[in-house]
Amino acid sequence: MSAEMLSQSLSLALPELILAIGAMALLMVGVFAPAGRANSTVTGLAVALLIAALGWMLFIGGEGTAFGGVYIQDGFAVFMKTLTLIGSIVALAMSVGFARAEKFDRFEFPILIVLATLGMMLMVSANSLLTLYMGVELQSLALYVLAAINRDSVRSTEAGLKYFVLGALSSGMMLYGISLIYGFTGHIEFAAIADALTGTGRSIGVLFGLVFLITGLAFKISAVPFHMWTPDVYEGAPTPVTAFFAAAPKMAAMAMFVRVVIDGFGPVTSDWQQIIVFISIASMVLGAFAAIGQRNIKRLMAYSSIGHMGYALVGLAAGTMVGVKGVIIYMTIYLAMTLGTFAFILAMRRKDEGNVENIDDLAGLSSTNPVMATLLTILMFSLAGIPPLAGFWGKWYVFLAAVEAGLYPLAIIGVLASVVGAFYYLRIIKIMWFDESVGGFVPAAGELRLVMGVSGLFVLGYVLIGGPIAMSAEAAARALF
Amino acid sequence: MAGMPILSLVTFLPLVGVLIILFINDDSEIARRNIRMVALLTTAFTFVISLLIWVGFDTSNPGFQFVEKVDWLDSGISYHMGVDGISMLFVILTTFLMPLSILASWEAVQKRVKAYMIAFLVLETLMVGVFCALDIVLFYVFFEGGLIPMFIIIGVWGGKRRVYASFKFFLYTLLGSVLMLLAIMAMYWNAGTTSIPDLLAHDFPVGMQNWLWLAFFASFAVKMPMWPVHTWLPDAHVEAPTAGSVILAAILLKLGGYGLIRFSLSMFPVASAHYADFVFTLSVIAIMYTSLVALMQEDIKKLIAYSSVAHMGYVTMGIFAANHQGLDGAIFQMLSHGLVSGALFLCVGVVYDRMHTREINAYGGLVNIMPRYAVAFMIFTMANVGLPGTSGFVGEFLTLMGIFQVSTWFALFATTGVILSAAYALWLYRRVIFGVLEKENLKAMLDLSVREKVILYPLIALTIFFGVYPAPVFDVTAASVNALLSDYSAAIDAARAAADVAMAVN
Repeated sequence: MSAEMLSQSLSLALPELILAIGAMALLMVGVFAPAGRANSTVTGLAVALLIAALGWMLFIGGEGTAFGGVYIQDGFAVFMKTLTLIGSIVALAMSVGFARAEKFDRFEFPILIVLATLGMMLMVSANSLLTLYMGVELQSLALYVLAAINRDSVRSTEAGLKYFVLGALSSGMMLYGISLIYGFTGHIEFAAIADALTGTGRSIGVLFGLVFLITGLAFKISAVPFHMWTPDVYEGAPTPVTAFFAAAPKMAAMAMFVRVVIDGFGPVTSDWQQIIVFISIASMVLGAFAAIGQRNIKRLMAYSSIGHMGYALVGLAAGTMVGVKGVIIYMTIYLAMTLGTFAFILAMRRKDEGNVENIDDLAGLSSTNPVMATLLTILMFSLAGIPPLAGFWGKWYVFLAAVEAGLYPLAIIGVLASVVGAFYYLRIIKIMWFDESVGGFVPAAGELRLVMGVSGLFVLGYVLIGGPIAMSAEAAARALF
Repeated sequence: MAGMPILSLVTFLPLVGVLIILFINDDSEIARRNIRMVALLTTAFTFVISLLIWVGFDTSNPGFQFVEKVDWLDSGISYHMGVDGISMLFVILTTFLMPLSILASWEAVQKRVKAYMIAFLVLETLMVGVFCALDIVLFYVFFEGGLIPMFIIIGVWGGKRRVYASFKFFLYTLLGSVLMLLAIMAMYWNAGTTSIPDLLAHDFPVGMQNWLWLAFFASFAVKMPMWPVHTWLPDAHVEAPTAGSVILAAILLKLGGYGLIRFSLSMFPVASAHYADFVFTLSVIAIMYTSLVALMQEDIKKLIAYSSVAHMGYVTMGIFAANHQGLDGAIFQMLSHGLVSGALFLCVGVVYDRMHTREINAYGGLVNIMPRYAVAFMIFTMANVGLPGTSGFVGEFLTLMGIFQVSTWFALFATTGVILSAAYALWLYRRVIFGVLEKENLKAMLDLSVREKVILYPLIALTIFFGVYPAPVFDVTAASVNALLSDYSAAIDAARAAADVAMAVN
């Protein structure tokens, strides 16, 4: 590799380099900062790092492939990395008030988030199976520690351990799939794999490899039947960590999923399509039914996220550009809704009890905290997919693609599951509006109010601002075809 | 006038009221009064503006008028508004009933006045939008969006079983609508457009029409509601506050009938002809069964709710009779039912506000102390029965005439509904108004207040006016109905010819 190519590669991957070097520097800062202020200092610097990476990528960085084709920065990658970075930045910002109130003083927390984000960016930009695996592992190891970061709490350590064991299992399967694919096609780069599959057709070995690979990918986006870890981890991890889990990794894993199957296995679409149709249906149905009985709002959001990943996969199942565009828009809208909802969950604080997490604690909120209740109501209707709110438009685009591709059973089961799902979102609204009050919450911290407000406005105003979003999503999707 | 986006103005004007109300922040008696005033003035002003639509409406033009079109969301969808003879009067009906509903909740609603008025104003925007939308996705957005405020209205200000009723209302209607959503997507891929005028001109393949028709029917039949998917309606009506019932009966139910005319009949003519007997059967069952059920009700609101289902049976029959009398009658019946059922619920509200019960047995002999109320209630009861000289007669008679041309048997069974409706309505009237005034707690009841007179008298005037002189309505609808029917018969003839050719070839 010539020096010129190397410098070009490095400049393409500069956002990742910023995060990698920055994270190491932050470790030093954290160690030498005065004990009481380490967390807040490092959090601030970490947010600055993430913003710098985002700014470089959006305004200065170019597009192309780097390091001999294993790394790709195209329109799709830029779009999905933007979502990922926004998720990380907002999740970090939302942890500030929590850290202060709960005496949660661990400077490792922001650093781990930066490292996980670095892994995610590699996942989005991976153009070969090895880069992909590297990104996944970097992300996962950071996430395991994050889940268990509250090490004095039994629930948190349990969550971390569970996540680690199941995650390691799925990584193993993914690696096994990768080795099979390499063995039967002789390539690890997506484009080369696609070429190898075009001419001679696929062998049964590749199909096995594909199934294992998809198993690993489905685990990362917590699609059924690889979802078991999600409710426990969501419930057990400290809430800012859960907020982060629900936002950023989902974006990156979904982007990686889309790129692998479209770019790498485009010629054998019908083979992976049936698998995705199945996990999509299973996720939508399980997400809808299992959430009904939940009492803990974080657990409920875990099932809700399982269901939403199912809906996003509806677009991917179509396997077309319209479908990928649908997935991108769906993830954008889901990010806004989920961050808003977790800002709300973080704001569920009572004066004497501290943070509360039960749905029943929301009773009568519309009379004690009307603004918060209204915002959550809007978010819940949006998550349920009721027009004119943003959540409806996400569903519109993915189902539009499914209908175009002729996947009628998938589409019909999907919309029926959304009616079942509407029930538990309505239940939250019912508890807030129709039930008697059990006491209000203390006023939310400023950053939480900002996140809730922005996400509420986004959801409400999507009918006005959706045009440019749809346009850039289409441009991003075109990069894959 | 030209160039002013009057339909958007009428649609979104209520949201301006919402913005103003949002700025009234304290909860004193004066603030609540101001909120009510803002809501009343907004809806009244919207009504006045909407009259300009009628004034400027060209009755000889069968197409869409006051059209506005802007690209929307960069996805092939457009913000496309317009009215024709079929939809225009529903816009006016909506804007006319809104101020009356606000007035009807003036004293009945004392808690959370702010949220209540916001919900109503948002609901008005969404309902007017449904009738004006000329893009099928835009239509769906307005159609479904209406669930949100109605859910809150029933759930927060409703009666004892409000939670059950609101959930049932929401989930039932949503279940019907999501299938329609998939049908809309399939139509988009088949026709390449979501614009309603273009879709009306597009011929869908016959095999596809049947599926699309069923999907749309699932949604509209629930909304109408038709037997056997009507069970959400009595619950929702009984639990909703008075104004909620008025809007539900007078306008939300009409969305289903309007949808059947606009989409099912016009876009899928062959499938409509194919399924006509199926619809007639359901309608006849609805008319007879729900009329019988209405006879046995103990609750005034529930009785009126069942009578609504029966009356909607005439509408569906008239629509799928697909002839002049039938379709004209269906539209007229919907408008008339909008006035009459709305008025009946308002009448129930009058006594409910005083006694806080809707049990029929709790009343009796009201004519002795409330003569004006007795007269008003009688006129609406008669209109509900379909007495000649009231608006109820015109629609019922025309739909029966329409169905008679198609099938004498269906007409015969449907006509029994006229007798049954006389039975339950008059019996209700006798038990509530006539008889001896025995119950002690009733004796202190006052006759109609000024506010209630302002609400009920215009409705009485319109009920009688349109019963005697229905021409203004038919003038508006004639051109559009003619065009619709000629397209319909042309499509049927073409399908028959194609089928004949296929037979000959075989």
